[in-house]
Amino acid sequence: MKLRKFIPFFAVALAATTSQALAENTLRWTSQGDALTLDPHSQNEGPTLATNGMMYESLVTRDSALTLQPELAVSWEPMDGNIWRFNLRQGVKFQGGEDFTAEDVAFSIERAKHEKSDFKEQIKSIVEVKIVDDHTIDFITDAINPILPNQLTSFYIMDKGWSEANNIVTPQDFAGEEETFAVRNTNGTGPFKLVSRAPDELTVLEKNPDWWGAGQFPGNIDRIEYRPIGNAATRVAALLSNEVDFILDPPLQDLKRIDAADGLKTQTTPQIRTIFFGMDQGIEELRTSNVKGANPFADVRVREAMNLAIDRKAIQRVVMEGLSFPAGMITSPGVLGSTPEQDAEIPLDVAKAQALMADAGYADGFSVQLDCPNNRYINDEKICQAAVSMLAKIGIDIKLDAIPKAQHFPKIQKRTSDFYMLGWGVPTLDSHYVFSYLLDAEGSWNAVGYNNELVNSITKGIASETDLEKRTAMIDEAWSQVRKDMPYIPIHHQVIAWGMADNVDTPMSADDALRPRFITMK
Amino acid sequence: MIAAFITIACVLATMLAPWIAPFNPFDPTQISLWDGKLPPSWIEGGQAQYILGTDNQGRDMLSTILYGGRLSIIVGIAAVCLGMALGVILGVISGYFGGAVDAIIMRIADIQLTIPGILLAILINGIGRTLLPLEMREDFAIYVVIFAIGLTDWPQFARVTRGATLVESQKEYVQAARVIGLPRWLIIVRHILPNVMRPVLVIATIGLALAIISEATLSFLGQGIPPTTPSLGTLIRVGNEYLFSGLWWITLFPAAALVVLVFAVNLLGDWMRDALNPKLR
Amino acid sequence: MLSHILRRIAQSILVMAAVSLISFSLFNFVGDPVNNMVGQEATREDRVRIRQELGLDDPIFTQYTRFLGNAIQGDFGLSYRIKRPVSLLIKERLPATLELVFVSAVIALVVGIGAGVYTGIKRNGWLSKSILSTSLVGVSLPTFIIGIGLIYLFAVTLRWLPSSGRAGVVEIGWWKTSFLTVDGWRSIILPAITLSLFQLTMILRLVRAEMLEVMQADYIKFARARGLSERSINFVHALKNTLVPVITIIGLNIGGLIAFSVITETVFQWPGTGLMFIQAVDFADVPIMAAYLCFVALVFVLVNLVVDLLYVVIDPRIRMGGR
Repeated sequence: MKLRKFIPFFAVALAATTSQALAENTLRWTSQGDALTLDPHSQNEGPTLATNGMMYESLVTRDSALTLQPELAVSWEPMDGNIWRFNLRQGVKFQGGEDFTAEDVAFSIERAKHEKSDFKEQIKSIVEVKIVDDHTIDFITDAINPILPNQLTSFYIMDKGWSEANNIVTPQDFAGEEETFAVRNTNGTGPFKLVSRAPDELTVLEKNPDWWGAGQFPGNIDRIEYRPIGNAATRVAALLSNEVDFILDPPLQDLKRIDAADGLKTQTTPQIRTIFFGMDQGIEELRTSNVKGANPFADVRVREAMNLAIDRKAIQRVVMEGLSFPAGMITSPGVLGSTPEQDAEIPLDVAKAQALMADAGYADGFSVQLDCPNNRYINDEKICQAAVSMLAKIGIDIKLDAIPKAQHFPKIQKRTSDFYMLGWGVPTLDSHYVFSYLLDAEGSWNAVGYNNELVNSITKGIASETDLEKRTAMIDEAWSQVRKDMPYIPIHHQVIAWGMADNVDTPMSADDALRPRFITMK
Repeated sequence: MIAAFITIACVLATMLAPWIAPFNPFDPTQISLWDGKLPPSWIEGGQAQYILGTDNQGRDMLSTILYGGRLSIIVGIAAVCLGMALGVILGVISGYFGGAVDAIIMRIADIQLTIPGILLAILINGIGRTLLPLEMREDFAIYVVIFAIGLTDWPQFARVTRGATLVESQKEYVQAARVIGLPRWLIIVRHILPNVMRPVLVIATIGLALAIISEATLSFLGQGIPPTTPSLGTLIRVGNEYLFSGLWWITLFPAAALVVLVFAVNLLGDWMRDALNPKLR
Repeated sequence: MLSHILRRIAQSILVMAAVSLISFSLFNFVGDPVNNMVGQEATREDRVRIRQELGLDDPIFTQYTRFLGNAIQGDFGLSYRIKRPVSLLIKERLPATLELVFVSAVIALVVGIGAGVYTGIKRNGWLSKSILSTSLVGVSLPTFIIGIGLIYLFAVTLRWLPSSGRAGVVEIGWWKTSFLTVDGWRSIILPAITLSLFQLTMILRLVRAEMLEVMQADYIKFARARGLSERSINFVHALKNTLVPVITIIGLNIGGLIAFSVITETVFQWPGTGLMFIQAVDFADVPIMAAYLCFVALVFVLVNLVVDLLYVVIDPRIRMGGR
């Protein structure tokens, strides 16, 4: 209507006023969901780790190629008697001005071992911490632990004095909706410090001029502004209209459009993260099913039928626009234990699935609720929708409940979900991580109640097996058992796609984490 | 006339959706993901059985729009009926009894009329959703929406009804009935209500267009009908995600359907206003 | 006249009391306030202590008067989700909404009156006719569809303007303004146009109708007879008399702008109070909802009151009785 009058006016006015040049390099970026908390030990979740990793640091870290690199420790070595010795970096200060010493490391271990910590599995093997001197510390493990340094890459160090002064010596109880000082305030040793934090709205970080690594890394970012945008169309529109310089999870169907746009580009790389469904097979009766007095998921035939009914190729082609790798196991290629045989896609076979359902006594199917996040994984809700119609073909009537991740994850952690979607990355690049969280009977994210003697004992065994050949064989044996029992429905391994302005230059990493110390802007 | 024809065609088509739609988009066994994101049949790559293409899940767009439109109209009509029932009852009470009751009811109506309906609907809907536990929100979303919209449009009905009631109850035959000793409710039902119905129907038609827009807006904001049983507003919200990537038909067709529907109902309202009650002009 | 004013003021206070009662009851009906404060794994003793601290064991009436007392001072407690004082959150978000409403009001007024006068004078021009018919279509289009359309055209296809958010804000004290930078102006244009369109068409039609009426009035005919220039007739005499009803309508329309800002802010992710309200509903964040409810009611009551009083001043006929 009136627009016709406006168009010429805009054209003139705006041509003259393209986005003003900023004196400093500000990286404005977005993704679908914010970090859940800034407490570094409360939630072991990809975006949370990545955000906290800009402000906090761990002893050992990974670079963009995911190889181990020294961070707060300059070197580490195994010693006799189940001991790992870490030599800490000297002259490092926390952003609040406190000196970084072995005390802080000991304190952080203590804090992360707390019952409410989401990192306790990773450092479970550490039974004792011995401070040798201010910058040397020994970790004594329950048995020989060859992968301890790998397990410490997302274990961030907090300052002891600051934590005590602010009454945050224990991690936030996320599932219990606790709120502590650490949730909105940070004091790390990292390259960026927090300027302001409005969850789900805007988080601003600024370069830490006193960072020990200043000048040693290529990155030249002075300021980071993060604004989560839940709606996929709005998110990609924000990149197209230059409001953001970087988008972590552009909608897959929009990649072509971004590439075609002037001044924008996309990059893709396979990710170490597998998307799967979990079925609670360990309880007497499902909470949301019309089957009473029995649990259909407890029957391996039902679980196999569900695995056979999922058309992973269709999900890959239509939902993911080709950007995923159909999976046969819940661990991605690149992780020790992933083999082409174990990862062979479970073929689609609806007829066999229907027969299995009938065998199990569910020829007429049953109903159940599927819990799904809607702002965590690439196309998470759409994968769930697709699964609903695929499983309907073998008689399973699913009510889909897609909710934000901040409400979804507590359901799994408190084990109140019958049937859920989850994705799992492997920061240690070793299957032990997957077993200890998802498959061991006591794993804290084993919300399906899977309990297999062999898998339990192998999980324990590989924790201290140093012989690579033996270790690989054991892991393979456990995976074979899992493939037989089918406690989960693997869907695919994700492919990461990043969209950004041409003037942003960043290496990609398979864990989908943004590492600003390597990002340059022109 | 054309408006009436379009409206009736729209209503018929959507009401008969279960019979005339080529597919049932709510039956997951009829959906094949392999048919997802197909363009309309006249564009290269489209398939003849999906005239308007398919959405991201492989549901036929034409069928989803018919079913979605059905839901939009049902919610609209239900909301208007609720508002109408509430307004007529309060209006009759107000007009017939007068006095303090009248003053209170009309004051509330006055105040409510100053607040734009859509804002009030968003507020009531928000409160309604909050009152429900999270698990029940989806299941009861439709009723909350109906309730929210219905509660916002009663004052107009109340005003008109009150006016008509005042006029009617002064008339001699009503006075006579009163003298005979007929019970009040009988007088109201027999003599007053039939005379009120005409203007009320006109308002109801105009209100229907607004109710459909309100529902679509709530659903678009993610506060209305859930995507499992989408209305037109929900379809636009979901399809919006694909607008920029060239899959324009997923959002454009539902949006066009909504605009045509609202436009037709609006025209029908205008036409009814002229035809039924020239005095209201 | 004084009694009329007093009655209006009394009514306004009554409305606010009713709204505050609704807000207050929200707190009591939605979930357990204690759960929202401490999380589900708190001990029994903690709960009892917090119940007492919050005064939840007092009689309802005492609780309500306390709520009212706090509300009048702008204190609505802590947001359940963000755990910060609601008054502070509203204060942070308010400038965004007010600036958006202000710019839209200006657009609606300038363009609306301009086009209204034009279509009123040149009744049969092709431009007038096309303006009028497009405005008819505009009324039937839901706000959100207009918003999507503008984003698609100007942000995504032409890439001239930002599609969402509020960039380029400058802080002046606690007030964050978009008016001082180019980026700020660029990001306010699309949402402001979207928000203004509905009001714009209303003003356009109103001004046009008034113009048509005034042009038929005797004094215009006299003016013409006296040989005054067309320009002076149109703008000095006709427009001046048109503006009286328009100004009062504008007052009421500010309320309408705030109402539709909820939708516009959501479509454009504009960080104002409306978007905050929609997010609060998603998370059942009662303190924010209650505060927003009271805030909106207050704006409406004040606007209505002012308009009512203006009427009394402008049109003496109203002084005698109710409307």
